[in-house]
Amino acid sequence: MRGVSFEVGQGELFGLLGPNGAGKTTTIKMLITLLLPTSGGASVLGYDVVTEPREVRRRIGYVFGGDRGLYERVPAIDNLRYFAELYGVPARDQRRRIDEMLDLVGLRGRENERVEGYSRGMRQRLHIARGLLHDPSVVFLDEPTIGVDPVGARDLRATIDSLRQAGKTVLLTTHYMFEADALCDRIAVIAKGSLLAEGTPQQLKSRVADRTVVEIEAYGVEEASLERLRRIEEVTSVSVEERDQSQLLLVQSAAGLEITQRLLAELNGARVGRVASREPTLEDAYVALVTEAGG
Amino acid sequence: MSPGRTLRLLWVGWRFHLANLTQSGFFVLVSAVQPVIFATIAFYMWRSGQREGTLLAVALGAGLMGMWSSTLFGSGGAIQFQRWHGTLEVLIAAPAPFILTLLPITIATASLGLYSVAGTLAWGWLLFGMPVDIVHPGAFAVALPAAVLSLGLLGLVLASTFVLYRSASAFSNLLEYPVWLVTGLLVPVSLLPGFVEPLSWVLAPTWGVKAIRRAALGGDPWPAVGMCLLLGCIYLVVGAFTLRNFERLARAQATLSLT
Repeated sequence: MRGVSFEVGQGELFGLLGPNGAGKTTTIKMLITLLLPTSGGASVLGYDVVTEPREVRRRIGYVFGGDRGLYERVPAIDNLRYFAELYGVPARDQRRRIDEMLDLVGLRGRENERVEGYSRGMRQRLHIARGLLHDPSVVFLDEPTIGVDPVGARDLRATIDSLRQAGKTVLLTTHYMFEADALCDRIAVIAKGSLLAEGTPQQLKSRVADRTVVEIEAYGVEEASLERLRRIEEVTSVSVEERDQSQLLLVQSAAGLEITQRLLAELNGARVGRVASREPTLEDAYVALVTEAGG
Repeated sequence: MSPGRTLRLLWVGWRFHLANLTQSGFFVLVSAVQPVIFATIAFYMWRSGQREGTLLAVALGAGLMGMWSSTLFGSGGAIQFQRWHGTLEVLIAAPAPFILTLLPITIATASLGLYSVAGTLAWGWLLFGMPVDIVHPGAFAVALPAAVLSLGLLGLVLASTFVLYRSASAFSNLLEYPVWLVTGLLVPVSLLPGFVEPLSWVLAPTWGVKAIRRAALGGDPWPAVGMCLLLGCIYLVVGAFTLRNFERLARAQATLSLT
């Protein structure tokens, strides 16, 4: 990380966005005291993450994506009882807190099953229950919906939203822009360890409000064709989403210019399907930021 | 952290990890099946060799062999196992001191050895007609947990030092048989070269098997029980030091997770 600096207000849901390797997880791990920064500093609720790790750990919850991080061979309820003890939940409160968490994440009735039989979405919900057992003031969520099916991800987003309503401060990393747009009060975009932009989703979107986006569904586009697109003077960024059989080209340019025919002309040799023009989204703002930073 | 809360954390952690470990095929093999196989071989060797001692002494030695194996592999790899399962970060990020999190794990791995002891005694009684007459049942009931505790604390040292070395798993394999020999689980230490004896004094299984055998067969088990507890205290101090070192290094070098 190089010079990344941001503040998150109490009760705020703050998003940290960036491509793979940008430093999102590294930032979170420094804040939750799992990594020591080589220089600089950070504090959570006024406690220094380097010199006061125990004070920080008492007050935070940490939930990461993926299906590891749980004891698979024992039932979910035993996992929760163990972590309740480890995270300092008083014995007299443990049963009530575990029941509340099971209700919150919708695992009531499945708690006596071994975790190894859980789906990825259920494991993710169990992670959230584990991370909230001790009622932390600040919750760190590192790509919590990664690999979860659409219905499960929607339920998880509802759970995350309920954390904000409960007054928790949340720091969320995600690759899904619509998720960040829907959930976050403010967002920071980082790439290659540096902070590129910070603001509300609306403020970030306004950075590309003067642009238009042309979506081109194509087949067999080669890198040379993409380079030709990037060299068009009016084009500000070109990104490609690889799909099963096709590619989706997202070409940003200044609004009000009609360049679709020139774009198609540069794609000679490639088969072209649907072509559409639309207003920029948060994802386009993100792509523009990361592309311009060379990320 | 209050003493009551510390004890509760150790108790809950021990129960949880023991339940988790007993669901593992590997540890069932190491702690229950392997000692019975070794006990069978040892029984036949004892019978044909007309060696001194009793069948019960052989069974208890084989049981402690299983206890050492489960401690060595379970505790030696404890931190690495947690890292593979992605739980190490969750354990470190907890407000509880890491030593109070790891200690129940290593004691649980040693506790698996109780299956070994029970298994070899039952096996000897059923197949070889071995009488299971414990001379000092009260002392036996103290000696057994003392042995488990001291091995579990030795496991804490193994866990916190092995994790620093990439080739630790190969080292674990190397340590299994020599410690069986050096600590008198297989043959009396007096039969081995003289330089081995001082080495045996600092290893918990030496005193664990001595305490258990004396409680079962007759003799004064209490000095050996005392040595188990004394060594346990030393292991605890060494383990606390190496563990603190591990946690600091792992946070500085980003080695808590695999990713």
